[in-house]
Amino acid sequence: MPYSPLLVKPMREELTLVGFEELMTAEAVDQWMDDHKGTSLLIVNSVCGCAAGMARPGVRLSLENDKKPDRLVTVFAGQDVEATAQARSKFAQIPPSSPSMAMFKDDELVFFLPRHRIEGRSAEDVAADLRAAYDEHC
Amino acid sequence: MGTFHSNKHQLHGITVVVDTDGPEVFVGRCDDMDDSQVILLDVDVHKDGDDGRSKADYLAGAALYGVFKKHQRLVVDRRRVTAVRRLSEIAS
Repeated sequence: MPYSPLLVKPMREELTLVGFEELMTAEAVDQWMDDHKGTSLLIVNSVCGCAAGMARPGVRLSLENDKKPDRLVTVFAGQDVEATAQARSKFAQIPPSSPSMAMFKDDELVFFLPRHRIEGRSAEDVAADLRAAYDEHC
Repeated sequence: MGTFHSNKHQLHGITVVVDTDGPEVFVGRCDDMDDSQVILLDVDVHKDGDDGRSKADYLAGAALYGVFKKHQRLVVDRRRVTAVRRLSEIAS
């Protein structure tokens, strides 16, 4: 059963307040993939404090970088179910996990950070992985 | 900010590798653990030699991007367990 929208709202805002666009339907996900050129960072958001507690601060911190993705988008696992499934279909060869982070360059997946490489790490460590990806691909 | 469960084992919510004294190795999210059992969620199981892969080969692959779950929830008898470690500690 999905968590209350009231509980989830601040978790959504941690990303939207730094420029992430929420993709809340499968159609919005497809539109994003069809439209986007250059680099996009997709965050699969999650309520789980064990991993997502440091994922969102890590993402925010990573954006304090000279190079960064052209477009920032997010889906919320367990909340926006269809949108999340559609987003995961773009990298179906990778096991689903949340939170997780995917970076695309044009149509190609160039970076993926699964949940188990976020769990228990600091925001600074997560940000360092993302910055390295930005520096390489953006 | 997120949801936390302070009454659980310190590995609660962490993706772990549970190795056994038999051919099976389990990868899943630790729900809880005590002296008698390890409770895992979203679990994959590999048997040494399945698909021509040793436990080490399988874990090297799992360490890259994780695993596709075969079981929603699985309880492993602690007497069979030889090691529990974070999947992130495995070099891919």
